[in-house]
Amino acid sequence: MEPATIADGAADLANEAMRLSEQAADLAYEASRMAFEGGAGAEHDPFVFGLTIFVLACFVGYYVVWRVTPALHSPLMAVTNAISSVIIVGALIAAGPADFNFSQVMGFLAVTLASVNIFGGFIVTQRMLSMFRKKK
Amino acid sequence: MTENLAAFLYLIASVCFILALKGLSSPESAQSGNRFGMAGMAIAIITTLALPGVVSYGAILAGIVIGGAIGTFVALRIQMTALPQLVAAFHSLVGLAAVFVAAAAFYTPEAYGIGVAGDIAPASLVEMGLGVAIGAITFTGSIVAFAKLQGLVSGAPLVFTGQHYLNAALGIALVVLIVALVTGQSAAAFWALTAVALLLGLLLILPIGGADMPVVVSMLNSYSGWAACGIGFTLGNNLLIITGALVGSSGAILSYIMCKGMNRSIFNVILGGFGTDAAGAAAGATGDRTVKTGSAEDAAFLMENASSVIIVPGYGMAVAQAQHALREMADLLKEKGAKVTYAIHPVAGRMPGHMNVLLAEANVPYDEVFELEDINRDFTSTDVAFVIGANDVTNPAAKTDPKSPIYGMPILDVEKAKTVLFVKRSMASGYAGVENELFFRDNTMMLFGDAKKMCEEIVKSLD
Repeated sequence: MEPATIADGAADLANEAMRLSEQAADLAYEASRMAFEGGAGAEHDPFVFGLTIFVLACFVGYYVVWRVTPALHSPLMAVTNAISSVIIVGALIAAGPADFNFSQVMGFLAVTLASVNIFGGFIVTQRMLSMFRKKK
Repeated sequence: MTENLAAFLYLIASVCFILALKGLSSPESAQSGNRFGMAGMAIAIITTLALPGVVSYGAILAGIVIGGAIGTFVALRIQMTALPQLVAAFHSLVGLAAVFVAAAAFYTPEAYGIGVAGDIAPASLVEMGLGVAIGAITFTGSIVAFAKLQGLVSGAPLVFTGQHYLNAALGIALVVLIVALVTGQSAAAFWALTAVALLLGLLLILPIGGADMPVVVSMLNSYSGWAACGIGFTLGNNLLIITGALVGSSGAILSYIMCKGMNRSIFNVILGGFGTDAAGAAAGATGDRTVKTGSAEDAAFLMENASSVIIVPGYGMAVAQAQHALREMADLLKEKGAKVTYAIHPVAGRMPGHMNVLLAEANVPYDEVFELEDINRDFTSTDVAFVIGANDVTNPAAKTDPKSPIYGMPILDVEKAKTVLFVKRSMASGYAGVENELFFRDNTMMLFGDAKKMCEEIVKSLD
């Protein structure tokens, strides 16, 4: 083999390697930018995060509720009423602090109201459901 | 408890709530579904109590015990006929609780990590404003619905001139006050917003008539969910957002089903006033046509010889508490070899599924009870249709008379049965104020009297 051809071949290879390394550098830059954006994405406004959950939950609710048999629409109402009292979570946090202030009074009242609903709602649902019987 | 662990437990609670709703797809799985709901609620409460900021257990326990005792007492004592007003009353409590939680968050935002008093994040204030507005509307709206269902105020729609303009003005005021709340962060704006929303809730439900209550109760059910959602957004709590969305969409779907059952749009119902003006016009048209009346003995004789009977219950059955006597009558007919089934119109009663619960209470097996679309074609091959306490939902004018206020409403084709027995207290027209053509047909027999007494007398004659 001619030394000149070998030199040419080597030069070609070197060029190839250079192009590849440039591409790799580009890729690395791209990757780091994506990683950065991804990191920034995690710090999105909490509203967007909440909205995502909200919309998905609406879809779940839509499909689950359409499958409820019409005969059980009254218990459905009673039980949704009971679970909407999960607002007690917010009330407990308000009533929680040791120091006594206006918010704590509000929290206490809300805890009491939500408790009426939780106990009342689940019990009345249970009463209704226990009455539904099949033909003997 | 770390925040991550709390969030994880809240997720489990959310899944439990979804399973609670999913259980209701059939009566067999419904009870275990309800237990999932209770478990979810227990997880949610215990998780919150274990949060580092929650330490005043004494007051909290007192609140839960007092509220729980009241709720348990009421739920165990309530009669099934009074279910609609109970649910309305419960909705009002959720609404009020939402207002209180929003107020607490407004005065002590530090507890929820949404800023400091006087400097709350604008996004949180918008969400808080919406939550408190929807909560307040739910509160007063449900109180009016409760009063109407309980008979404390007249079920008749209350209408006055300029009503819709007033409501629209109040709606605009709400938006303005939310903007003022966000920009000014003032307590005055917060309470003004609450007051306007309370008034709006009152005015929105007053013009809606008694028999539109199934829609109203479902709508308020939906609102109570959206209120929880609004508070969930304010506090950044996913459990509240998910649960609120579930409840909100459930109520919205029920409202839609009820509206479709009456062939009316939700706007038509909300604008109210239905069933007031048509009454006068229709009453004149009756003239002196005669109806065929019968006694309990006649009815007993007819049904004794029937091979199939379809019972069509309505709100009148609930008012007269006639479900138990009715079931006794059906049992005797079955003993005598008749096939007895029940046909339920979607808007029968004062809340969705009301009739099904009452029949279940009277030990009617649920597989004898059918929805409109499943049973309507059976009337043609039925000997006797026994209509008890229902009226408008059987009126053939809905199919034939385009001028009728109920035109287009899906109805039960009772007129196709060989004989129609109508248990009614008087000739008074139904809620829609429309005369029922069916009363004057040859194959119809009117049984005038109290629904419960009539059933008891028929039972006596059958024995």
